[in-house]
Amino acid sequence: MTPSTPRPQGDAIVRVRGVSKTYPGGFQALRNVNLDIRRGEIFALLGPNGAGKTTLISTICGMTSASEGQITAGGFDTVRDYRSARALIGLVPQELHTDSFETVWATVSFSRGLFGKPANPALIERILRDLSLWDKKDNKILTLSGGMKRRVLIAKALSHEPSILFLDEPSAGVDVELRHDMWRLVRQLRDAGTTIILTTHYIEEAEDMADRIGVIRKGELIVVEDKAVLMRQLGQKQLALTLQQPLQGVPADLAAWPLTLSDDGLTLTHTFDTQKDDTGIAELLAALGRHGIHFKDLRSSESSLEDIFVSLVHEPNGEA
Amino acid sequence: MGLNLHAVRAIYRFEMNRALRTWAQSIIAPVLTTSLYFIVFGSAIGSRMGDIGGVSYGAYIIPGLLMLSLLSESISNAAFGIYMPKWSGTIYELLSAPVNWVEVVLGYVGAAASKSLLLGTLILLTARLFVPYSIAHPVWLVGLLVLTAVTFCLFGFIIGLWADNFQKLQVVPLLVITPLTFLGGAFYSINMLPEPWQTVSLFNPVVYLISGLRWAFYGAADVHIALSTGITLVFMAACLAVVWWVFKTGWRIRR
Repeated sequence: MTPSTPRPQGDAIVRVRGVSKTYPGGFQALRNVNLDIRRGEIFALLGPNGAGKTTLISTICGMTSASEGQITAGGFDTVRDYRSARALIGLVPQELHTDSFETVWATVSFSRGLFGKPANPALIERILRDLSLWDKKDNKILTLSGGMKRRVLIAKALSHEPSILFLDEPSAGVDVELRHDMWRLVRQLRDAGTTIILTTHYIEEAEDMADRIGVIRKGELIVVEDKAVLMRQLGQKQLALTLQQPLQGVPADLAAWPLTLSDDGLTLTHTFDTQKDDTGIAELLAALGRHGIHFKDLRSSESSLEDIFVSLVHEPNGEA
Repeated sequence: MGLNLHAVRAIYRFEMNRALRTWAQSIIAPVLTTSLYFIVFGSAIGSRMGDIGGVSYGAYIIPGLLMLSLLSESISNAAFGIYMPKWSGTIYELLSAPVNWVEVVLGYVGAAASKSLLLGTLILLTARLFVPYSIAHPVWLVGLLVLTAVTFCLFGFIIGLWADNFQKLQVVPLLVITPLTFLGGAFYSINMLPEPWQTVSLFNPVVYLISGLRWAFYGAADVHIALSTGITLVFMAACLAVVWWVFKTGWRIRR
């Protein structure tokens, strides 16, 4: 196979196989990571600080060398065919690394050239307008706010029309309005066929935006799943009953149900698995009636992605 | 796949814009400093000194002063050029771009060498205001200036890759290159030195650079032009090998 021939890889546009990364000091940032990113999806990579999210992105994009394993982007090996692979990728880094004394227009045009594309003022103008940067095009970057600098980094990443876009914590330090603008843009890009891989601390955004979720902990990818499936499989529901009379404790006859009683004895909570056909609710309500326990209100709630995330990264010894 | 010429052009233009943005520091300051040398050593003191090898003292020091500026500016320009993205973090873009080491070097070193040659030309033109001089081998002069600028821009590029603070950027130009140039025959012929200093001077690589340039100006020099050119070419090859190795291993740039 010649170096510039993409390797067929199904609908995966990025394929990570057995990738590990150990830094010279001995710290192992990635442990045997295997991951397929599907063409055209929004993939959210979640994990606590220091879990390896940025190292994984840096390794795919070429800023960090993998100690072991292989990565392909668009079928091109990111080491052997790095030119073809990198030409497909745009990266918005987590930190606001900018050329302070350059103008917005110059720095975005520079990025396009660096990625091997001829000048295209009309495209740069469209990108700057989409990101509400057009009226700042002649401003030096150092005069811009943090949120505006973030937009500039996005414009730079989009300048060479990548088919894969990495957004490493794009919402960090960004106000609500910009965040909404940014996610609107991300959806537009996805609709236009761009594959988006993002890391975020705003889990509600991943819940809102992502098609699939990956959770990384201590360098290991512990879950990769469709968001809907993940929420269904790992999500739990709770039924909270507000009692008419306080209870001293949960009656022994009700031990078959995983019930918890609030400190004031007035709220009885039943937690159940959304995957099970038999949630046990009907039997529970009947049993409460038999014991003369009456309730005046009931409400149900479902776990959020954040709850699922916390349960996944939480370890028995309390470490995240 | 051929060269990514768009990338080379983007880096080159970016670096040239940086120099033009800081024109007072990049261009005017070195030209002014060298002019002061010409005024003091060429016009004032030089008028009271005898000729060296049939060349007036003011004219004799032109190759040395030109070399002094060329070396220090080539190293500084190239070192700052690659150090700044390391310092600001914008090197992430270079590392994730579809560029190879040749394109990076062509962009950064090409721009730094262009700036040095522009500066060298300005210094030569300025020198004409103070000291009359002639050029015996103009083609050789241009060739030697280009060769020296490119070689020492490569050397500066390596310093920029190596440096992890601003002080290190200045250490080599100030503590190594400037003394070597002053002791390398910028203001005198090494034949004027008593032994053993004459022999010791032959271990100073800058002697060969200045001597070569002086031959291009006046047709006579301390060492043969072939030796001067050969040593510069060997040094350039060594610098290229180091840059190739840095990009191959990611030393100091890729984690």
